[in-house]
Amino acid sequence: MNKATADFRNRFPALSQQVYGKPLVYFDNAATSQRPDCVLELQKTMTEEACANVHRAVHRLAMDATELYQQGRQAAAVFIGAPVDEVVFTSGTTAAINLVASCYTRRFLHKGDRILITEAEHHSNLVPWQLACEIYGTELIVAPVEQDGSLDMAAFRKLLEKDVKLVAVAHMTNVLGVENPLAEIIAAAHSAGAVVLVDGAQGIVHSHVDVRSLDCDFYAFSGHKIYAPTGIGILYGKRHLLEEMPPYMGGGDMVDRVSFEKTTYGPLPLKFEAGTQNIAAAACLAPALKLAAEVQNDAALQANLEATDRLLAEQLATIEGLHCPSLANPLRKGIFSFWIDGIHPTDAAEIMDKLGVAVRTGFMCAEPLIRKYTQHGMMRASLMPYNTPEEVGIFMDALRRAIKMLR
Amino acid sequence: MTIQEISEQIVEEFSVFDEWLDKYEYLIETGKQMPAIAPEAKTSENLIEGCQSRVWLDCREEDGVLRFTADSDAVITKGIISLLIRVFDGQKPEDIVAADLSFIDRIGLKDNLSPTRANGLVAMITKIKAYALAFLQKEENGQE
Repeated sequence: MNKATADFRNRFPALSQQVYGKPLVYFDNAATSQRPDCVLELQKTMTEEACANVHRAVHRLAMDATELYQQGRQAAAVFIGAPVDEVVFTSGTTAAINLVASCYTRRFLHKGDRILITEAEHHSNLVPWQLACEIYGTELIVAPVEQDGSLDMAAFRKLLEKDVKLVAVAHMTNVLGVENPLAEIIAAAHSAGAVVLVDGAQGIVHSHVDVRSLDCDFYAFSGHKIYAPTGIGILYGKRHLLEEMPPYMGGGDMVDRVSFEKTTYGPLPLKFEAGTQNIAAAACLAPALKLAAEVQNDAALQANLEATDRLLAEQLATIEGLHCPSLANPLRKGIFSFWIDGIHPTDAAEIMDKLGVAVRTGFMCAEPLIRKYTQHGMMRASLMPYNTPEEVGIFMDALRRAIKMLR
Repeated sequence: MTIQEISEQIVEEFSVFDEWLDKYEYLIETGKQMPAIAPEAKTSENLIEGCQSRVWLDCREEDGVLRFTADSDAVITKGIISLLIRVFDGQKPEDIVAADLSFIDRIGLKDNLSPTRANGLVAMITKIKAYALAFLQKEENGQE
C-alpha cells in the first residue's frame, strides 16, 4: 500500500475496526461503500445543528439546512456535468428508475412499444419495467450478454430495430463489473428513435461521468455506493423530458398553486420531489462527491486500485475449480463475481466473515444473469480505492481456508 | 431420548468450542455425515427456498412417530438441519409441536448466523412444526 492509500484509508473510521477480533477486510463495496470523515462530520452537523426542514421557513436553522441541501444538489450536478435543475433527488437508484418507468412510460409510451434492457441488469433495472409493461401494455425485450459479461452488441442492434422506444442499461453491471459501451449504445438507440436510461449505480464509482457528452436521456445513481449515506440518490433527466413527464408523487414542495379544482406543479426539479427528502443525506453528497472527484484524479490512489485489482485477479486464477466469467474481460472494473466447484458460496462467505472478511453472495439482485451460468448464487468481491494489496492477501487466505474446511 | 435430553446434549457438545470456526467445523462434519434424502423426496412441496441456499425436508409417519430426512446445497445449512433432525427424528408429533427450542439460542446459533441463514433456520423449524401439526390434525379427524 502506498502512502496516499494509507492516508486515504485513515479517513474511513469503519475500516480500522476489528470484527470477531480480526482486522476488517471490507470487500462488499458494490453493495455499499464506507463513509469518510468529511461525510461523517456533515452528518453530525445536519443532525445536531442544521436540523430543520428545507425551503419552508425563514428561521436560521431552516436557512442553513436549505443552503447545505442545495450544495448537495449542486455537487451532484457538477459531478455528472448536468444543469442543476435537471438533477432530481430520489431515495436511490431504484427510486430513480421507478420514477422514469412510471412517469416517462405514462407520458410517452404506447401499447406495443418495446423497452429494451440487457440480460445483466440488476433487478432494479428490470422489475420497474415489468411493472410498467403490466400497466401500459408495453413489451420488455432483453439483449443477451456474452459468456464474459460483455453486451452482445450485434444482438443489441438487431433488437433495437423492433419498435424499441426506450433502452435501459447499466453503465457497469453489478455482478460481473463489466462497463457497457455507452457511447455506442446511446448513439445506436437515438438513431433508432429510442431514449436511453443509464443505471449508474456501479458506473458512477468507477468511471468519469459527463451526461452531456454521453448524451444519455436519464442517468440514475445512489449516494451510498460513492461515500455518501444511504437514502439519497440522483435522477438526471434531460429538461424537455422531465418537463413533459407527469409528477411521480403528489404532496408538499412539488406544487405551484393548489386548489380543490386544480393544482399546478412546481418547477424542475421540485416537481418530482414531493414531501420531505432525506435532507442530511442529500447535503452529504457535497463532501462525498467532492472527495470522489479528487480520488478519480489522484494518480497514486488509482495506481493502488489497479494494483489491488490486478493482484486479486492473479490470485483468484490460482484457485482450482474457480470460475469468474469476467476475470479477463478488459472492460471489468473493481468487481469479481465467481463460483467454485463443489463449494456453496454462502458457506464460504460465512466462514470468511468469521475471519474478518466481508463479501457478498447469492443472486446479487440479478437472478436471471446468475441462472444463465447455471448457478444458484455466486460470491462477489468488490473494491474501492481504499482497499489494498495487503487486504487481498488476507482475503485469499480466508478463501483458501474456507475451501479447505468445506471440501 | 426426549427432545429435551437431546437438546441438552447438543448444548453440551457446543460448549467445548471457544471459536466460531470450530463450531463451523462441527456443523460441516455433521452436515457431510447426514443420511441422504431419497431422490423422490426432493419435491417442490418439500423445498424451503431461501435467497442463499435451498433445503429439502421430508417427513413421514412410522408407528406413531415422525421420521425426517433432509438435504441442502449448502453444507453448513446441512449441518444446521442435521441438528434439528437429531432432535426431532423419531419423536411423537405432539412432543414436536410442544417442543421448547431454546437450545438454538443457547448454542449461539441464531446470534452468529447471517440474517438470511437465521431466517432459513426459522423457516426449517416452522416447517417441522407444521408437519407435526398436520399429522396431529389428521389423527384427530381420523378418530371422529
